[in-house]
Amino acid sequence: MHFEYQIEGGNFTRAGFASSEIKKMMKQLNVDMGVIKRTVVSTYEAEVNVVAHAFSGTIYVDLDEEKIVIQLQDQGPGIPDIDQAMKEGFSTASSAVREMGFGAGMGLPNIKRNADDFQITSEVNKGTNVKITMFFNK
Amino acid sequence: MVMDTKYFHHALKFRKDVCIGCSHCMSVCPTYAIRIRDGKADLLDNYCVDCGRCYRACPVGAIIVEQDDLRQIFNYSKRVAIIPSVLMGQFPSSVSITQVTSVLMELGFTHVYEVEHGVEVLKSQMSEYISENTDIRPLISTFCPAIVRLIQVRFPNLTPNLILLKSPLDIAAAYYNKKLIDEGNKAEEIGIFYITPCAAKIAAVKSPVGQKNSPITGVINMDYIFNKVYTAVKQGFPGKDSRIFPSRDPLKSSGITWPATNGEAAHMPGRTLAIDEINNVIEFLEQLENEENQDIDFLELRACDESCAGGILTSSNRFYTVERLKKRAQRSENKEKDNNYRYVNPGPIIEYKEFLKQNLAIKKIQPRSMEKLDENISLAMKKMEQVHEILDNLPYVDCGICGSPTCSVLAEDIVQGHANINQCIYVQKNLEQKGDLTSLQSMEILKKIWGKDKFEDKQ
Ligand SMILES: Nc1ncnc2c1ncn2[C@@H]1O[C@H](COP(=O)(O)OP(=O)(O)O)[C@@H](O)[C@H]1O
Ligand code: SF4
Ligand SMILES: [Mg+2]
Repeated sequence: MHFEYQIEGGNFTRAGFASSEIKKMMKQLNVDMGVIKRTVVSTYEAEVNVVAHAFSGTIYVDLDEEKIVIQLQDQGPGIPDIDQAMKEGFSTASSAVREMGFGAGMGLPNIKRNADDFQITSEVNKGTNVKITMFFNK
Repeated sequence: MVMDTKYFHHALKFRKDVCIGCSHCMSVCPTYAIRIRDGKADLLDNYCVDCGRCYRACPVGAIIVEQDDLRQIFNYSKRVAIIPSVLMGQFPSSVSITQVTSVLMELGFTHVYEVEHGVEVLKSQMSEYISENTDIRPLISTFCPAIVRLIQVRFPNLTPNLILLKSPLDIAAAYYNKKLIDEGNKAEEIGIFYITPCAAKIAAVKSPVGQKNSPITGVINMDYIFNKVYTAVKQGFPGKDSRIFPSRDPLKSSGITWPATNGEAAHMPGRTLAIDEINNVIEFLEQLENEENQDIDFLELRACDESCAGGILTSSNRFYTVERLKKRAQRSENKEKDNNYRYVNPGPIIEYKEFLKQNLAIKKIQPRSMEKLDENISLAMKKMEQVHEILDNLPYVDCGICGSPTCSVLAEDIVQGHANINQCIYVQKNLEQKGDLTSLQSMEILKKIWGKDKFEDKQ
C-alpha cells in the first residue's frame, strides 16, 4: 500500500500527523510494539526536520507484509555537510525553534539509531531526501 | 476489531428496556466501544475502559452502574466502610465528618475508614520507585483504573511504563483487614466495603489488573450513600439521642487531595505532569508515543475532568468538591504544623508500614491491543487494504446514522463482518439513484439499525 502526506515548513502545529497515521496502521497490522515505537520516533524526527529546516515536503509511505519504507522529500536549503549534521548535538536551528522545544541536534542521530535502514541525500539550495526502512519481524 | 475472550468485568450496564437508541453514548465514547443495533446501544466489552462518559451522556438513564446490595454487609459481623475523601467533599462544610461517620454507622457499618490513609504508605514508596527505576520514563500512575485499561487497549506500548504498586484503596483495605484480624477477628467475619465515585473502581475491584484478588468484599455507589447520608443530615441526624461516632484518624493533607488533579504529581520527584479528562489523556499519549527523548519522570493521568471529584457517581459539582478538598487539606496542614495540637500523626496505619510495604507490588500489566485487524499480518494487511478502499466511498461526515461512531470505524466494522456498506446513508442515496436499491430496501436497512419505532408515522 502507498500513502502520501504533505508537510508544510514552519508549521509545527501539524508536525506529527504522518507519524500518527503510520502508527495507527502499524497497530492495525499487529506489528511488534518495539518496531512501532522505533518507526514512529524516527518518522516524527524526520517530519520535524522538514518543518524546522525546509520550506515544504512530501512523505511517501510504502507498506507491505514485511516492511515499511518512509521517504521524506523536501524543498529547502539542503544540508551542506551531512557528516557534520549527523553528529550528536549539531544543530543550525534558530533560537525561536529551540524555544519551542526542538533543535537539540539529536534528530538525525536518533533516526539513524532507531531505523533498520537509514539513508540521507541532500543538495544545497534544492532539498533533502531521507529514507527510513523498518522490517516487521525483527 | 477482533472479538475474542472477554477480559473485563464492566460495572456499566446498558438496560435495553430503557434505551431509546439515541446514540448519544456512542458519540461520546472515547474508545469507540458502542454501536447502535436494532434501535439499542450495544457495548463491545473488550473496548470499554469503564470511563463512564456514556453514563453521563444518556438522557434517559438507560446506563446504570451495577452495585452490590447494601444489605449484604450484614453477612459480616465486622462491616467496614472504606470511604474516599471525595465523599466528604460532596457535603457543604457545615456537615462534619463526625456526622457522616455517624450516619454510616447508623446504616449498619461498624467501622469507617478513609481510603487515603493508604497514601501515608504509598507516597514515599512511589517516590522511591520513580527514583530507582530510571530506565523507564515517564512512569505512569496506576491510580485510575480507567486509565490503566485505556493504556492496555489503546497504548499497549506504554504498559511497561505503568507503576506496579497498589492503590491507596487496596492498601487501606489490606491494612484494615489485617488490623481486625490482629484484634482477634476471623477473616470470614470481616466485610470490607468501598464507597466508589466511579464505575472504573468497581471494575477494578471485580476484576483486578495485576492482582489475583482484591481485598474488597463489596462496592457501594457513592451517589446512593450520599443521598442516604444527606437526607439523614437534613432531617437533623445525628440528633440528641443518636449515637455519635467521632472519626479517630485524621487524614493528612496530602491524602485529602490525592484523588484530585495534581494530588499525586505534586508529591513525586523530578519533572511531573498531571492530566485529567480521558480525551486530554488520549491526545497527550498519542503525542508521547512520537517522542524519543522523554524527560518527564512521572505522569498522573485521570479519566475524569477534575479527577475523582468529577467521578460519575458524585453528586456535588466537581469544582466545589475540589475547593472543599483543598480547604480541608489546608486545615489539616495547619494542624500538622501546630506543635500544641496533639495530632495522631500519621495515624496507626504506620505501625503496619512494613507489612503493607511487603504487599505493595502488583504483577506486570499485560498489553492487549484492540487496534489490530488480525493476529496474522497477511490477513491484517488485506483487511487494511479493504478498510482504505471502503473509506474512499464514505463521506467522512461521521454522522453515526450507520450505527457506528465514525466512517473509519464503520469501514473496520464492515471488514470484520459486523456491518454492511449500505448502512451508510450516503451510499444508500447513491445506490437508490442508480436504481440498485429501492427506497423500501433502504428503509429496511435503517429500521434494522435504529428500530422500527423511529420510523412510525406519528400523525
Ligand atoms: N530536512 C532538512 N533540511 C535542511 N537541513 C536539515 C534537514 N534536516 C536536518 N538538517 C540540518 O541538520 C542539522 C541536524 O539535524 P538534527 O540532528 O535533526 O538536529 P536539529 O533538528 O535539532 O537541529 C539541523 O540543524 C539542520 O542544519
Ligand atoms: S479519575 Fe477517579 S473517579 Fe474518574 S475514573 Fe479515574 S479513579 Fe474513577
Ligand atoms: Mg531535528
